[in-house]
Amino acid sequence: MSAVVKPFSVRRLPGFGAIAILTFVLLYLPIVILVFYSFNAGQSQSNFEGFSLRWYAAAFANEQVQEVSVRSLWLAAAAAGIATVLATLAALGTTRVARFPGQTMIYALINQPLMVPEVVTGIALLIFVAFLKVQTGYTGMGYLVASHTAFCIPFAYLPIRARLETLDPTLESAAADLYASPVQAFRFITLPLLVPGILAGFMLSFVISLDTVVITEFVKSAGQDTLPTYMLGQLRRVVTPEMNAIATLFLALSLVIVTAFFLLTRKRG
Amino acid sequence: MGKHGWKWLLSAPALFVLVLAASGPLTIVLVYSFLSPGTLGGVSWEFSTEAWFRVFFSRDIFDPEVVTWNTAHLTIFWRSIWLSLQTTFICAVLGFPTAWFVATRSPHNRAFWLFLITIPFWTNLLIRTFAIQELIRNSGTINSLLMWMGAIEEPIQMLYTDFAVLVGMAYVFLPLMVLPLYAAMDKLDFRLVEAGYDLYASRWRVLRHVILPLVKPGFIAGSILVFIPAIGAYVTPRILGGGRTMMMGNLIGLQFGQGQNWPLGAAMSMLLLIIVVGALMMYLRVVNQGGGERRG
Repeated sequence: MSAVVKPFSVRRLPGFGAIAILTFVLLYLPIVILVFYSFNAGQSQSNFEGFSLRWYAAAFANEQVQEVSVRSLWLAAAAAGIATVLATLAALGTTRVARFPGQTMIYALINQPLMVPEVVTGIALLIFVAFLKVQTGYTGMGYLVASHTAFCIPFAYLPIRARLETLDPTLESAAADLYASPVQAFRFITLPLLVPGILAGFMLSFVISLDTVVITEFVKSAGQDTLPTYMLGQLRRVVTPEMNAIATLFLALSLVIVTAFFLLTRKRG
Repeated sequence: MGKHGWKWLLSAPALFVLVLAASGPLTIVLVYSFLSPGTLGGVSWEFSTEAWFRVFFSRDIFDPEVVTWNTAHLTIFWRSIWLSLQTTFICAVLGFPTAWFVATRSPHNRAFWLFLITIPFWTNLLIRTFAIQELIRNSGTINSLLMWMGAIEEPIQMLYTDFAVLVGMAYVFLPLMVLPLYAAMDKLDFRLVEAGYDLYASRWRVLRHVILPLVKPGFIAGSILVFIPAIGAYVTPRILGGGRTMMMGNLIGLQFGQGQNWPLGAAMSMLLLIIVVGALMMYLRVVNQGGGERRG
């Protein structure tokens, strides 16, 4: 075979492929190293002394880690659950309707958590919650649930709305023609078709709530640490690979949810 | 109001929660920025513009009439802006070829590469920052490797510097640059690129005069999407930066400790919000213009 001459391609730019591959490596290498050292038999983050699951065992046996993990999970489930119900209603109320006065304001309100820096939302909630704590004497988890719910609403709203916009409105008309009541048409036509969007919205909110650290940090009372705020507190010290093990498990959970989200929202055909 | 005029009421519960736990508290911050500080943190209900004044200026302890620039604050504001601009630049330099690479794969492979970009975007920011911390700490992977190779005798102090914050922010915000750039390139009409080559333009000239102008809206959108979270960053500078490499977010957070100046913190929050909203308006203008061009 003689030397193969690469055909000229208008899509090729010299050096771009190399930089792109480098970027992908840079993007994943730190995470790979983090996961790698979670299996270290030794204490160190830089000297691998053999494969071991001892740090996973340590993480599972650590009562504080158990406590904050359970709190994070149920907080995320509660906030994502409430946010998804509210966002579904809001999407039904604002999608496929004629323009009405105040619509822009509703969009602005729904999207506010996306636009305002998290630290500003955090201190705003800190001020408000501090006031409420003094006035009502209640210091429970309700503040965190409400804060996370508000923060999750736009993330639940967007996929549900996107799904709703692709639905064919004639399906509901057809149901009405066949003497379905509006409630029946919603229950048996709209809602089943909306399920992938609702599931996607729930999963997205769940991940967002799990990841939220700044808002939790400012709103939480003593003894209300979540997994991210616990980690934030620990990171200032010299950490053992136990932290890598916790981070790896956390990453794995996020990865599973995000992958499921992708498969659910993937465009078919 | 038409037949379905009541429908918007379905959004009422969501709006209630948002007013209660988002826009309501934000309004309180605005009000607090015009009040006087309380003795043990909190506020006293007296109107004052002193907090806004103190964001930029400081008064002499002995003679309140003597006013100087508050260099401590201004240094931190400037560092935030400068680090955010540098972050945006790094993301653009790495993000453009990456987005191009993804956009020129076959449609089947494209979804996979796009997925690889999106994964870090949805994984925990704290954990990604932690990963960077592990790499660059004095006993971390990079220093150990360099010492093992004999390139250095003493570990290089990278953690707790501006450099660390910059690397961390570029790392965590990179997907925000790649995604809008990809969206712009995905719509790129490659016949125009081909036409450029047919008219004997070099690769450089095609890139400079055909491709870049066409994907410019994606570039601007990506830059703003990186700049906004960077200027408001809290977690990354807190973990990777030291006490001397604070950013605006951390300075704001500090004002709400025990016995601190809450109105000052509130005014700083509003300043940060003004910067973000300004950037956002530019973003919306670019996005809307892009839509107009396509229709035209």
